[in-house]
Amino acid sequence: MILAAVVSVFILALAAPWLQRLLPNRAGWVLSILPLALTVFFASKIPQINGGQIIVESHAWVPGLGVNLTFYLDGLSLVFSLLICGVGTLIVIYSGGYLSGHPNLGRFYLFLLFFMASMLGLVLAGNLISLFVFWELTSISSYFLIGFDHQRESARTAALQALLVTGSGGLALLAGVLLMGWATGSLEINELLTRADMIRDNVLYIPILILVLLGAFTKSAQVPFHFWLPSAMEGPAPVSAFLHSVTMVKAGVYLLLRLSPVLGGTEIWQLTLTLFGATTMVTGALMALVQTDFKLLLAYSTVNGLGTLVFLTGLGTPLAIQAAMVFLVVHALYKGSLFLSAGVVDHETGNRDLSRLRGLSRQMPLISVAAVLAAVSMAGLPPLLGFVGKELIYESILTASGLRWLFGAAAVLANAVLLAAAAIMILRPFFGAPDDPHPKAHALALNLWLGPVLPALLGLILGLFPNLVVQSAVASAVSAVTARPVDMHLALWHGFTPLLALSGLTVACGALIYLMHTGLRRIAQRGAWLAARGPAAWYFGSLERLKQMAGWQTRVLQSGYLHHYVLAIVLTTLALVGYTFVHKGGFQFSLEIGDIRLVELVVAILMLAAAFVTVWVPSRIGAVVAMGVIGYGLALIFVEFGAPDLAMTQFLIETMTVILFVWVIYRLPKLKIEFARLQRLRNALVAVASGTLMSILVLVALSVREGSRLSVFFAENSYVLAHGRNIVNVIIVDFRGMDTLGEITVLALAGVGVYTLLKLKPEDSEAIKMPES
Amino acid sequence: MQSIILATATRILMPMLLLFSAFILFRGHNLPGGGFIGGLVASATFILHSYTYGVRSTLALLRVSPRTLIGVGLLLSLGSSCVAFLYGKPFMTGQWGEIQLNAEEIWHLGTPIFFDIGVYLVVIGAVLTIILSLAEGD
Repeated sequence: MILAAVVSVFILALAAPWLQRLLPNRAGWVLSILPLALTVFFASKIPQINGGQIIVESHAWVPGLGVNLTFYLDGLSLVFSLLICGVGTLIVIYSGGYLSGHPNLGRFYLFLLFFMASMLGLVLAGNLISLFVFWELTSISSYFLIGFDHQRESARTAALQALLVTGSGGLALLAGVLLMGWATGSLEINELLTRADMIRDNVLYIPILILVLLGAFTKSAQVPFHFWLPSAMEGPAPVSAFLHSVTMVKAGVYLLLRLSPVLGGTEIWQLTLTLFGATTMVTGALMALVQTDFKLLLAYSTVNGLGTLVFLTGLGTPLAIQAAMVFLVVHALYKGSLFLSAGVVDHETGNRDLSRLRGLSRQMPLISVAAVLAAVSMAGLPPLLGFVGKELIYESILTASGLRWLFGAAAVLANAVLLAAAAIMILRPFFGAPDDPHPKAHALALNLWLGPVLPALLGLILGLFPNLVVQSAVASAVSAVTARPVDMHLALWHGFTPLLALSGLTVACGALIYLMHTGLRRIAQRGAWLAARGPAAWYFGSLERLKQMAGWQTRVLQSGYLHHYVLAIVLTTLALVGYTFVHKGGFQFSLEIGDIRLVELVVAILMLAAAFVTVWVPSRIGAVVAMGVIGYGLALIFVEFGAPDLAMTQFLIETMTVILFVWVIYRLPKLKIEFARLQRLRNALVAVASGTLMSILVLVALSVREGSRLSVFFAENSYVLAHGRNIVNVIIVDFRGMDTLGEITVLALAGVGVYTLLKLKPEDSEAIKMPES
Repeated sequence: MQSIILATATRILMPMLLLFSAFILFRGHNLPGGGFIGGLVASATFILHSYTYGVRSTLALLRVSPRTLIGVGLLLSLGSSCVAFLYGKPFMTGQWGEIQLNAEEIWHLGTPIFFDIGVYLVVIGAVLTIILSLAEGD
């Protein structure tokens, strides 16, 4: 069933462009039916999962390597799946409105649904390798989605940046996953969960941890890998809302939560995650404060949100995990709603600059309601769910051991800044006096306001009745992560507790920061030179250096001179084979000479003479003809030793080669490359050495005749199995036909390559014009 | 100016050489020969023709472009290897049939011959592509 659910979204993705052409204005609504159905499907599993059951579905994929397409549905996967499918439904509907009339809308639906299917597969994966495959699929679909407006160079750069950063993290993750599989003997997650000690006590625990953390941190934009997330805002608003706030960036957090029972519980886990998480939390909030672009502010606050989640996962106490799961839902609801609202604002007013937007509440009342509700949740004020979430975070910090005061201060600071950022987003842009005193309200289509309003309303409802959250599998999610049953009771009002005091402190600080925010922004602008040296600069710098190294290496190895290439090949062969000879003591051959027939002697002398002529004759064509004589001599040797097929082939190939060379030389320019005396000495030495090597190889091969059972097998079975008496041909065409298939493919490619090189003239490249960027 | 010797010789030799190349191709399984050698002989024939009458007239004689021959040859070889799938056997297992010629002789016909014909076509196509492109010049 679960397999069908995931695959159905892939299939829908493939059908999407066709559907879009069929129903240009309604495709969004039609396409959203499947995600909606899936939301209902997963919701129907809630009672089962809440009852403590875990659904595992396994399909064999590569059983020999222990790789199976296993699906694992417990509380954690269920919460994520509900988020993905539920928010996905709204995003698909919203995209229909936001991108309506866009010529590539069908392709957009394809990429979006493909991403949704991959993300679903990721959170439902029960096998580490299938998880990794879906992980990479989300990176790839994110690449296509960020770079959707591919005519813009900034979009292309941002897409590549996201792909490279998350992709290299993915490589590290693969290594970590394989190590985990090796340490426990299984790649299945449900088996891994029972063998946690085998990993924690393993000597490779720290490398595994580092590798997995690299994967998770790059995906979830933790400092110092956070820089790709703000750049990813180049993508359209639905993409920013879906991928870069609600789902894809949470994949790293999902991985950490899922692997908590396996990798967690140690001091280094706790320390690393809490430190990185807290740093990201504060950095994200501070950077959000000084932004004037609506989407960038939201992007940095997402960095803050992800940092908070990683921090809570690191704390690891049951209360912290509760806080993490609740905050997951909270963040998804308000961030999704805010991004979609920002998209509507951009779509309608063409402006994303928060310092210049004014009076939006009168232009778009519905969106204002949504944005205000979501912003209040972001600021962590009652009665929104954000308040419940924030209280839980404070509670878990206060009850944790360790650097309580440090983390507490960081959390208060971050949340205060976040409140100020929410105020920057809402107060003046929505309620400030507009320049035009009577702005007319924009009429918004249903598909544009449904997306922002629904999650914001949900944030309000869940805030008023928080235990609904508990019942929707969040409790079982917490139990899954902490590996023991958990009792959750959420309430809006706990009484006058220290938590309330902390919240009050946060609000006060936040208000103060808001009042000072223009001054703070000016200070930040003066410090902009520091940002230019930050991780983003390292990324671009290392990319530049990589390109330079590639250019240098190509210039050295591909100099354009044929004799360089030949020299490189011959020298490498000499070195490798020579080393093997010396290392393995392979100089075992006998130099005894048997009876020499006159024919062999004559042919040998002819070949030697021809070789001398080749080297010393001044004309190129003379050299080619002399080489042809050597080839014919070889063919005569084949005839003498009873190999008619080889002889015939050799005669024909030699003739062809001479014809080919004559044509090539005929067309070559008259210039000659003169070698200096030292270079000629070098060439002579290399030639003599390679000739000696080949001679020794032949002699050794001659003396190692016995022991090969292959020739006996071929001789016996050539007629019986393959109905042929010519063993050589039977080997070529039947027994070793695969090699022949490869050879003729290479031959075909060589032919096509030569044709292309000859027909493509430099003047013709004028016809190939790069598209204007 | 065409050389009379070449022209006369080509006119006589070409049909014989082409027949010969087909003969080598088909006898390869039991006697010296095979797809590679047959293909090379056939290409040599066409190259001789191009020396005598020019590349354009050789291409006209061929009627199909050499690159098409490459593609068809590869397809034929690959296809003959995939026939084994129809019988549930691994890739490239030779499938053989028997034809009763007369009371004593049975003629074995199988997929390897089609593989060899594919090789034949690829060799002709590749060699002619290279040499005729070079000979064509600017």
